[in-house]
Amino acid sequence: MTDVATLGAWGVPLAVLGGALRVSAPFLFVSLGECLTEKSGRVNLGLEGTLVLGAMGGYGVSYLSGSPWLGVAAAGALGALFGALHGFLCGRPRVNDIAVGIALMLLGVGLAFFFGKPLIQPTAPRLPSFSLGFWSSVPQVQSNLQINALLLVGIVLAPALRWALKNTRWGLIVRTVGESAEAARAMGYDVNRVRLLATMAGGVLAGIGGSFLSLFYPGSWNEGLSSGQGLMAVALVIFARWDPVRCLYASLLFGGASALGPALQSVGVTSGYYLFNAAPYALTLLIMVLSSSATKQSADLPMELTVAR
Amino acid sequence: MTSAAVPGAVGSPDAEPANARVSLARLAGLLDDLVVPTVSVVISALLFGGFVGVAGADPVEVYEQMFRGAFGTWFSFQNSLQRAAPLMLTGLCTALPARLGRVVIGGEGALYVGGVAAADVATHLGGSSPYVVLTAMGLASMLFGALWVGAAGALRAKRGVNETISSLLLSYIGIALCNHFIEGPLRDPQSLNKPSTLHIGEQNMLGPVPGLDVHYGLVYGIVACVLAWLLMDHSVFGFSARIVGGNPRAARLSGLGVPRLIITVCALAGAAAGLAGMVEVAAVHGKANASLVAGYGYTGILVAFLARHRPLGVLPVALVLGGISASGGLLQRTCNLPDATVNVLQGILFVVILASETYRGKVDWFSRLLVKGAAT
Repeated sequence: MTDVATLGAWGVPLAVLGGALRVSAPFLFVSLGECLTEKSGRVNLGLEGTLVLGAMGGYGVSYLSGSPWLGVAAAGALGALFGALHGFLCGRPRVNDIAVGIALMLLGVGLAFFFGKPLIQPTAPRLPSFSLGFWSSVPQVQSNLQINALLLVGIVLAPALRWALKNTRWGLIVRTVGESAEAARAMGYDVNRVRLLATMAGGVLAGIGGSFLSLFYPGSWNEGLSSGQGLMAVALVIFARWDPVRCLYASLLFGGASALGPALQSVGVTSGYYLFNAAPYALTLLIMVLSSSATKQSADLPMELTVAR
Repeated sequence: MTSAAVPGAVGSPDAEPANARVSLARLAGLLDDLVVPTVSVVISALLFGGFVGVAGADPVEVYEQMFRGAFGTWFSFQNSLQRAAPLMLTGLCTALPARLGRVVIGGEGALYVGGVAAADVATHLGGSSPYVVLTAMGLASMLFGALWVGAAGALRAKRGVNETISSLLLSYIGIALCNHFIEGPLRDPQSLNKPSTLHIGEQNMLGPVPGLDVHYGLVYGIVACVLAWLLMDHSVFGFSARIVGGNPRAARLSGLGVPRLIITVCALAGAAAGLAGMVEVAAVHGKANASLVAGYGYTGILVAFLARHRPLGVLPVALVLGGISASGGLLQRTCNLPDATVNVLQGILFVVILASETYRGKVDWFSRLLVKGAAT
């Protein structure tokens, strides 16, 4: 804690920045996944369950195999499985996607806790990281700016996804299905199949986001690992108006907000610790209130989602 | 939201308006309501059996233990009833708004907020009679629960904010706020390891129902479900609410105050969940602490969906799920399964029940058979 003394109050913005870099990755991956799914005209609220399941699965595989990257792959596979389940069920007539999402949220968390019991004790190999603070000799700067390759992947993925949605053939198909299932059907596309694949791809991303939680930051598996990050990420997609790049900015904002409580605690502000815990939720809610309107829909909302709600 | 189907709406399209045929079509609809869930429960049971089998336990033994832990003995049956009480109330928290087509999942936070409010009120009413204290606790818990879920309803009605997400966010905020108050201003300095509020006093505790070893919370739950049934299924208010659930636009065009209905029903739903918190404080814990966040709110969501959002359906479903959660401890001890086993079963049940929605109304052959039988 001597570093705090040398840095003084500067420690807080530094920790918030560092937190934004570390905490934002799960938000980023889940919101990119949800963005893709929603673009196809379906809402998957179950990504919270996928996130927790991915965290558990990634940790378990990393522990058993010794390779954290194998853990990331396993988390992605679990996410694909859950996405497929959601996509398949919602493709059946009269099955409601919101309700299935809630069910999968509960099932995913239940499965993760069931299989995760023996993983609370052991330590799995974590993902490698490097520091952006190499220019500084202050150890706290270095430790706070530790980042990991997965975050970089996410940062690249955001503009790539935006570009792909706009300019590629499959991006156009996904958007067509999301804007008008009728039109897509008339053009000969299998709407349910496209949505199934989009939900699976979204699940893969959410699962990878979960592995980031357990394999990098906070970097262990326990049952309190995620409390609503997955769901906040879903809310964040609305705020980002279904644009992957804006999902990236929003994730960084959320990461910073989540890091505020621990950052203040590290410089000795301990009163109101739980209040700061509420900050990211309150921020999400505030953003949702500000970005929605009772009278008009956002112009960026995929039209098929208005039919569903 | 289409899942909040109107009961009895399933029928044969070519049925003449003859009374006998209409009532037969209703009977068929009722059978539809029984057959589809029963098959779903059987499928879930098979899936869960396979699951625990893969996990290395003997499915038959697991089911035996679950039944023993839930309903097998008088003691365990009473324990299940005890757990069913809060589930009835948190079940209503999701079931009531669902009748208007709104999916609210914030019961967990509303329960906690209600419980902490109740405990705080009790500590301020030191010398009063237990009846006064309990009444005040109940009112405070319902008020705070109503504020919490009512806020989600208001945000939906006034700003178009998705109530599913906002109710869960409000739930998290409520939990964080309650933790803050229990850690700080409301903390009993004697509670060292587990921060809690002051004890509400032994004389104020909610006693058992005469003849049973089950606290009065059960009566609260049953009364609340019956009242909710009267309100939603047998009053003009409930009728208006169900019109909103069926077709919001038609409701608006026929002059119903849609926002007011949404906010009122959400507030009532929150009041039910808040009351569940009061029951847990006044009958089980004696004080409010983090033990109140025990998952009753989340299980309540499942209760509501299994009951198809019908208040009277909530009663038996809450008992079954209360039994399942009561058996968790026994499973842990005898079958060496983690406590989350119960959550897995609930998750499987939830998914299968939702998937079964697609087969509803397809038990049509039965209604045709009946109508044909009536014609000859």
